[in-house]
Amino acid sequence: MDTGTFRGLITLILIIAFIGIALWAYSKRRKPDFDEAANLPFADDDELPTSDKHASRERDSEAHSRDDRGDKNI
Amino acid sequence: MSTAFEHPTYNYKVVRQFAIMTVVWGIIGMTVGVILASQLVWPQLNLGIPWTSFGRLRPLHTNAVIFAFGGSALFATSYYVVQRTCQTRLFSDKLAAFTFWGWQAVIISAVVSLPMGYTTTKEYAELEWPINILIAVVWISYAIVFLMTIKKRTTSHIYVANWFFAAFILTVAVLHIVNNAAIPVTPMYSTSIYAGAVDAMVQWWYGHNAVGFFLTAGFLGMMYYFVPKQAERPIYSYRLSVVHFWALIMIYMWAGPHHLHYTALPNWAQSLGMIMSIILLAPSWGGMINGMMTLSGAWHKLRTDPTLRFLVVALSFYGMSTFEGPMMAIKTVNALSHYTDWTIGHVHSGALGWVAMITIGSMYHLIPRVFGRTEMYSINLIAVHFWLATIGTVLYIASMWVNGILQGLMWRAINPDGTLMYTFVESVEASAPGYFVRLIGGLFWVTGMLIMAFNVYMTVKRRDAISHSAPQAA
Repeated sequence: MDTGTFRGLITLILIIAFIGIALWAYSKRRKPDFDEAANLPFADDDELPTSDKHASRERDSEAHSRDDRGDKNI
Repeated sequence: MSTAFEHPTYNYKVVRQFAIMTVVWGIIGMTVGVILASQLVWPQLNLGIPWTSFGRLRPLHTNAVIFAFGGSALFATSYYVVQRTCQTRLFSDKLAAFTFWGWQAVIISAVVSLPMGYTTTKEYAELEWPINILIAVVWISYAIVFLMTIKKRTTSHIYVANWFFAAFILTVAVLHIVNNAAIPVTPMYSTSIYAGAVDAMVQWWYGHNAVGFFLTAGFLGMMYYFVPKQAERPIYSYRLSVVHFWALIMIYMWAGPHHLHYTALPNWAQSLGMIMSIILLAPSWGGMINGMMTLSGAWHKLRTDPTLRFLVVALSFYGMSTFEGPMMAIKTVNALSHYTDWTIGHVHSGALGWVAMITIGSMYHLIPRVFGRTEMYSINLIAVHFWLATIGTVLYIASMWVNGILQGLMWRAINPDGTLMYTFVESVEASAPGYFVRLIGGLFWVTGMLIMAFNVYMTVKRRDAISHSAPQAA
């Protein structure tokens, strides 16, 4: 195999990998996991009670186990 | 003062340190920029001494704003975000402290060595080899702290912001080590192990990926955390963020040759760089749209929340400069724009409009929280800062567009007999009004940063008073 063919194959593999990632990301199966991940920034709020409207709910969540925090904000 | 409010789980000390230094280095780096802008209007301001000449202060400015201001902001936000989204403390407090003091030592070495004239002559990699070794050690420590913190997370997912931060940290380590491979000759002089066009290609592979990973991927990490937080809603599409991530890091790597159009670089490499730069528009806008759409249903918040305004205008400038960049990478456009002030304008629409604004917005969100406050001392001062920064950026980039196109057209104008219509110095003379407008834009920016410093100082000071009267429950 000459260098040109090799590079062409690498390009092809990368394109297939990228299409694969896109299909994987947009598959229905990923939806619940991604929703959980998207809420991670809100999962651990420890701001002062006056800071925003989430505060009281988040203080309650302190008591729960840390395993299932991903969907607290839904 | 740092013991008054300690988070039960997280290491906020290192975040506080980097956050404060972000403001400090921002003021210093931008002030050097204003001095340089003044020197271009009044050349006698170089004072006739080597240490304050344009050629030595210019790398000091770029290093200070990119690596001191931007770098400190990236350390602060990545340490903050990784702890909060992984719900765990940093892997090692000692190593994290080392990255802080090590990084400040690197910056101090730059502040001393660059005005003395020590330089490798590689743009954005001017620092000499002993400093480069220190950078590598600090950076690898940073990678260890960050990646090990992800490893010991208590959440099942790795939030997308951490993917961007991790890509930024790993890629910058590779770029820095490969591009600075050199043979030391004396304690402050080395020669690159690459020669000729290969050296140039390695340099711009580094240079453009410094833009792509230091100034883009890292700050996109900030965007993916602070925009949703400040808008109080999750990112518009998590799926898009996954595709955005992989598309961006796959394509950015190949865009570097557009810095070397019409040089000794082989023509096919130039064309490849141009095509990959144009393709790069897609992932860039994917990220920009994802950030913008996060605000759908929350646009009214922009009326009352200047911090959110900073974040959203940063995204607008990101969209604008990532449209402008691919256009400038087209060889025929580049034939007009290259070596002119248009490039400087493009860089600053990214650096001021995107990088600095997303940083400032993130800092206004982060600083009160790590100092045990609910919000900044003055929201009105944030609004004032916002308008100063926005007007300053617009003045800067508009004047550089005018200057750049003016210079490009003057340089390529030829008489019927084939001789040049203008001498170089005539194009410099014609640029003077633009240089003056740019200086005003820079002054707007420094003024805004000084207001930010006051606001941060008052926020930190008030924290002490409050924590004494009402101790914070965990």
